[in-house]
Amino acid sequence: MSPASRWRDKKLFVSGTTSHAMVGDVFVAPLEVSYPYKRTVGTLLSRFFTSLSECRLEGTSGSDGRVYFPPAEFDPLTGEQLSEWVSLSDMGTVTTWAWQSTPVEGQPLAHPFAWALITIDGADVPMLHAVDAGSPENIAVGTKVKVRWAQDRPGGVTDIACFDVVGGVS
Amino acid sequence: MALRDIAIVGTVQRPSEVNSTFTSVEILLPVIQQLLDKVGIERSDIGFWCHGSCDYMSGQPFSFVAAVDAIGAWPPIIESHVEADGALALYEAWVKIQTGEVDVALVFSNGKTTSGPIDQILSLQTDPYMVAPLKPGFDALAALQARACLDAGVMTERQMAEVASRSRRDANNNAIAFTKGNESVEELLAMPYTMNPLRAHDCATPVDGCNAVILAAGDIARRLAERPAWIRGIDHRIDTQRLGARSMIESSSAAIAAQKAGVGNDRIDVAEIHAPYTHQELLLRNAMGLGESTHINPSGGALVANPLMAAGLARFAEAAESIFAASADRVLAHCTSGPMLQQNLVCVMEGE
Repeated sequence: MSPASRWRDKKLFVSGTTSHAMVGDVFVAPLEVSYPYKRTVGTLLSRFFTSLSECRLEGTSGSDGRVYFPPAEFDPLTGEQLSEWVSLSDMGTVTTWAWQSTPVEGQPLAHPFAWALITIDGADVPMLHAVDAGSPENIAVGTKVKVRWAQDRPGGVTDIACFDVVGGVS
Repeated sequence: MALRDIAIVGTVQRPSEVNSTFTSVEILLPVIQQLLDKVGIERSDIGFWCHGSCDYMSGQPFSFVAAVDAIGAWPPIIESHVEADGALALYEAWVKIQTGEVDVALVFSNGKTTSGPIDQILSLQTDPYMVAPLKPGFDALAALQARACLDAGVMTERQMAEVASRSRRDANNNAIAFTKGNESVEELLAMPYTMNPLRAHDCATPVDGCNAVILAAGDIARRLAERPAWIRGIDHRIDTQRLGARSMIESSSAAIAAQKAGVGNDRIDVAEIHAPYTHQELLLRNAMGLGESTHINPSGGALVANPLMAAGLARFAEAAESIFAASADRVLAHCTSGPMLQQNLVCVMEGE
């Protein structure tokens, strides 16, 4: 694992052609609106994204003992840099949810799904993700869910494809 | 340091529309000219110009600079821009006048909200690593907050529908509002969910619009307006960007801002609350301690016309107008920004 090797490509709003060409008498040049640079994600997110790509969940522990998942880099109470890592299971509990009946391109699932704030077992602060619940009748506050890993895991929050409902409403 | 007395002395709002084809200059120029005429001063009398708008919405970096054409930059002027609602520009102008450097400021804001998929564009405001890659729209994030409130018994779907029904009725008397209606609470509750637990009427109507107000200090304000709306307290607070670390069932930043602005020191006759979702109005009323004696959003509020980057300043304009008309003596203006009420600006104004 090499934290420094994790980079994020920042490329937005790419449009137009990608190479020069003559179209009849007209010379066509590419127009790529982009931020053509890379940046590191820093020590904390590097370790976190690496753990996700290896199908592991890790959070950080704050000064008051609260476990943050996704990990917090700095203690929300004291501002101190956090360095105590905690391994977590791939199970969690829904704390609130909403139903996306018409998904938008780029969202975690292409069919209707639930957005949810999910507290991972062993963590104290919930995270946002999608739950493939099938219908709004199958999800409620307290529903237990389990990580479904993405096939392709380049390192990022979308390494978690979504969550699946594992049991009934508790 | 003793604070200077500063008041809003005039306001102009452009009626809301959708899918407009105007440039920012084309819509701002007549509004600013109308405001100067109304207050009876010249461009050269303005010591400071402050603008609120958002380049993300126009999809063009530094597009706000074009708006300077609407105010005229020769002879040289002192101006500033905030990538935020015009209400935040008003806060900057208030600070500028407090420094003693200027006495009169013109604050303006504009937003062409309907030229793109605004619900998705706004999700670019969220954490770029943990939230934005999932592409949750703002309606979805608000729906998570509403569900938490409903589940905790902080409010009911009926109370949310009551907010929508009242706002749509009040909009009938407001030429600037866009969504109007006379539906009963029962009729609204019979509508289907759009983002369960939210229905269409629980979410604000995105519109294009712009507005402008003039601030002035002390005796200048008294000369420019018959009954200036004196700013007695103004405060801006922000909750953590980490969505899961916030309370979903209360707004602590709004509560602190309201306390610092002095909301609870006396009765509030009229409160213009910038709540883009019905449940958020209820959350904000709780946070700011507003009771039955306060008339909430007589304009219809942002629910019936939400020109992003101008909707907060619109609340200031509406609240100040009720002081001008002497229909209220002590009013509250509020502006929010970010997902789930992340930022809250609260201002208390009084008539003399």
